[in-house]
This record gives sequence, structure tokens and C-alpha cells, in this order.
Amino acid sequence: MRELNAVYTIWLREMKKFVRSKSRIVGNIAVPFFFLAFLGVGIDASFNLGGSFEGVRYLEFLTPGIIAMTLLFSSIFAGISVLWDRQFGFLKEILVSPVKRMSIIFGRVLAGMTTGIIQALIILGISLILGVPINSFFGVLAALVFILLISMSFVSLGIAFASKLQDMQGFQMIMNLIIFPLWMLSGAFFPLEGAPTWLATLSYLDPLTYGVEGLRWSLLGISYIPWTISIAVLAGFSFLMIVLGSYLFSKTEV
Amino acid sequence: MKMIEIKNLKKKFGNFTAVDEINLEIEEGEIFGLLGPNGAGKTTTIKMLATMLQKTSGEAKVCGINVKEDPDGVRNCIGIVFQDTAVDVELTGRENLDFHARMYGMDKNEREDRIKYVLKMVELEDKADKFVSTYSGGMKRRLEIARGLMHNPKVLFLDEPTLGLDAQTRRVIWDHIKTINKSEDVTIILTTHYMEEADYLCNRLAIIDHGKILKIGTSEDLKESIGSDLILIKSHKMRQLKTELAKYKWIIKTEIVHDTLRITLKNGGTRIPAIIKTSEKLDIEIDSIEIHKPTLEDVFIRFTGRKIREEADVMANNRMRNKLRGGRT
Repeated sequence: MRELNAVYTIWLREMKKFVRSKSRIVGNIAVPFFFLAFLGVGIDASFNLGGSFEGVRYLEFLTPGIIAMTLLFSSIFAGISVLWDRQFGFLKEILVSPVKRMSIIFGRVLAGMTTGIIQALIILGISLILGVPINSFFGVLAALVFILLISMSFVSLGIAFASKLQDMQGFQMIMNLIIFPLWMLSGAFFPLEGAPTWLATLSYLDPLTYGVEGLRWSLLGISYIPWTISIAVLAGFSFLMIVLGSYLFSKTEV
Repeated sequence: MKMIEIKNLKKKFGNFTAVDEINLEIEEGEIFGLLGPNGAGKTTTIKMLATMLQKTSGEAKVCGINVKEDPDGVRNCIGIVFQDTAVDVELTGRENLDFHARMYGMDKNEREDRIKYVLKMVELEDKADKFVSTYSGGMKRRLEIARGLMHNPKVLFLDEPTLGLDAQTRRVIWDHIKTINKSEDVTIILTTHYMEEADYLCNRLAIIDHGKILKIGTSEDLKESIGSDLILIKSHKMRQLKTELAKYKWIIKTEIVHDTLRITLKNGGTRIPAIIKTSEKLDIEIDSIEIHKPTLEDVFIRFTGRKIREEADVMANNRMRNKLRGGRT
């Protein structure tokens, strides 16, 4: 009971901070909107997809990719904000309380998942306004599963990074060398089918690829990678990340 | 009841021994001070007692609970105020306290009552619903002390409670600490490198340096232990003067620390003429001479061979600078 309370306490703090950070919310809406409205509509006007996605508009193709992209960045950020707590000293207050480290992790992961769903729904709303049709109600439910798995994975990965890093410089490096490649290789912007073998191979190694494809299957009803593989890979990856995040966080000292 | 029992407690970081086999017992209700310069091992000791750091060897009990066997039990019975601020500035004061209370499993009614009570104690009721980012340094400190008391701990650790605060705010914090010790029945262990603070607040003190406890006692005991009077002389030829004065039987001890010759003796006032005569005979010009009763500072110098304050302040400045640069301290 006490541990559940602690999970809720951690979650509550993150929610309060999320709701209060106006710039973060504006950024969370503005960036995906720019991608969809400017990049998506622009490319859509003179670009036709082939292969499995024959007949799908580029804007429709891009929407699941933008949802995945937003989840990647916001989740990593949610996890890595442990580093801010370390920098500002608050991590000590958390770690010295009689609460299991696992509860602290769960609280943060749940908070990341909650904000992930909120953001994904906002993007879905934006895409509806821009004229992207939604496949079915079941499709939206299936998308929620992928949304949760993606956030769970990357919040945990963020926590893992934050447990190992001591300062902000490391954060910059991780953004540039790990997060950007994960994002660009995920097939959010282009179909993997037509990509050269070396690029496609790298994409298959990127766990986010399965998130993007899973979301595509959920929302468009079409995907290049079968949804069963997507969900299996993503579930496995999120499990691994939770274990890694918990392990490294349990070792962290302040 | 003994609130703290430490036996041969040791902590090594690689080859560096931060805390070197210390022994210490603290009784219920004491305000106990760990006095020493930065890097002496005070914070490391507190971190081990608060279960935030694993000890290398030895044994430690807090509230009668073994730190190693039942860390959660220890955490429930202690409150701690860290050296660097550890509040969430994006939350209000009340929310910071509420977060703490929830983490310690307090239920709604208990939480609300206690928050009201501790806010009143540190006189922050008016500011409770403002964001902590708008608080001054002293207010943050008071909030942290209030937070440390939220869950009715038996032992409260205060790590450099007034570091970086101005003299007036420091007084306010001191009075809060004294009041709390009485009204909350809480044993207080504080670290400090401010002599006045240790002198004013603590029933008993341990002088700690290089990870070792050099002396334990009340402030009066410690002062008496180094003799009754001190004469401080500044001169260009101190060494020569020292050698000559050391020959007198009535002088207990002579030593040079920094630019001052320090002479320990009894009935200092009656001996000044003799000292002046000696220097005149040797043709040594004395720049200044003063006599005073030993202070804690003198006790510290006697046991460690150096001054605490200058060094500590340099360290504090460096830490500030590192902080501004974004480095870790």
C-alpha cells in the first residue's frame, strides 16, 4: 500500500510539472503540427508512395511516424529528467525516503506513459483536422497499446541514461549520437521497402521502427512489417529497458 | 537511550579514506555538532548514518536500528536536511511538504495537520502556496527543516544548516533549531565549520579532521582542555622569540600558526611585561600583542594545527564556482 502511494506520489509530481510547463506543452503541440502541416502536406503534394503503401497519401503515412517521434523525444526527456533532479538536489530527497527504488521507477514510467497518451491524442486530433482519416475505433485502441509500449521503453531508457550520467554535457551527447539516429532510422519519414540494404538493416535494428510500423498498422490498416512482429519486438524491448533502467537506477548514489 | 552508536566506522573511496574508524555515541535529546573543515568526513559520516552511502567497515546504529540490516527502518526514524538545497523549486512549499508526507506514507488528515504545524513552526505559512523558486535562501532552508520534521523523526541530521546564509538569517535558523530540539523531542546532529554556530547550538561537539575524531566534549570542556589563557603575538622575528620564550617554565606551549605566535599559559595578563622585556632584550620588534580566553577556534587550531575558517570559505567559494559552471561538487 505504501509503495503504491509512493508510485502515485511520484506520478502526481510529474503531472503537476507537466501541466504547469506551458512552453513544454506548446512545444509538444507545435512541433508535430509543423511536421505534419508543413513537411507532410508539402511532400504530399508531389510525392506518391509505392509498394505496400501504394495509394496511401504521404500525410497519412507520416502521421504514425510523427506520433512515434513525439513519443520518443518526450519519453526520453521524461526519463532523463532524473538528471535534473540530481542536478538540483531533489533526487536526494527522493532516495532517502523509505520507498523502494522500483516504486520510484514505476511512478516515473507511468507518468511518461500518461503524458505520452495525451500527446499522441493531440497529434491524432491535429492529423484529423489536416484531413487524415482514422481507420477504426479498434485501430485507435491498438494504437494505444503501441503508444504505451513506446513510452514505457524510452522512459526507462532515459532513466538508465540518467542513472549513469553526472551532468548535462552527457545529455547533449546522447541526444546527438543516440536519439537522432533512432528517430531518423525508424522509417517515420520514408518506407523501408525502397531503402538500400545497408539502411534497411540499420532500421531493422532500431526498436522505434517497430513502434512506427505498429502504429501504421493500427491507424492505416497497412504496414510493411507484420503487426505481430512489431508488438513482439516492442514488448521484448520495453521489458529489457525496464530491467536495465531499474538495475542502473538501483545502483545510483547521490 | 542512545540515538547514535558508531563503532570503528570507516569509509574508503578507492585509496582515499574519507572516514577513518570513528567511534561515537550520541544520547537522546542532544544537539550534537560535528565540527571540521570541508573534506574532513562530516558529510560522508552523515550520509552513512542516513543510509545514503554504504560503509566500508565498522558498525552504525541509528535509533537503535542497524543501518546495514534495516535501512528502511532507519529512514523512517530520521529526518535530514542536506548541505545543498534539495527542494523542487517548480512546486510550492506546501506541495514539497505534501510530497514528502506521501512518500513517508502519512494519510490525508495527518498530512494536512502536520503540514500546517511545521509551516507555523518555521514561520512560512504566508508563503506556503508560492512556488519555491520565489523563496530566498533562508526560506528554502526553513522549508527544508520543516520538511525534515514532517514525519516526526527521532533524529534530525542537519548538514551545514547555515552555509551561505547571511548573519541575520543564520540567527533565525539557529533559534528554530533550538526550539525544535525542545518542542519536538528530536535529537539533532549537525555538521558545521562555523565556530559560533557550534558554540551557540551544540551540547557536545566532536572535532573531526582527515576522517578522524580528534576530540569529543562540551564546548567548555574543549576550551578548558587547551589551557586558560592565550597570548597572540605578531612580529617579524617570531621564530627567534618563540625559541627564547619556550625556555620559561610558566609557558605551557608555544606554536606558530600562519603569521601568529600563539602562547598558551596561565594568568596571561601578569606575564605580558616579562614577554615584552624578553623581546626588547633580543631586540625583536613586536607589531601587536593580544591576550584572550580560548575560543573553539583555538581548540581547533590546537588539535589540527590550522585554522578552519579561511580554508573552509575558500572551499565554499570553489563549490559555488563549480556549481555555476554546471559541474558536480
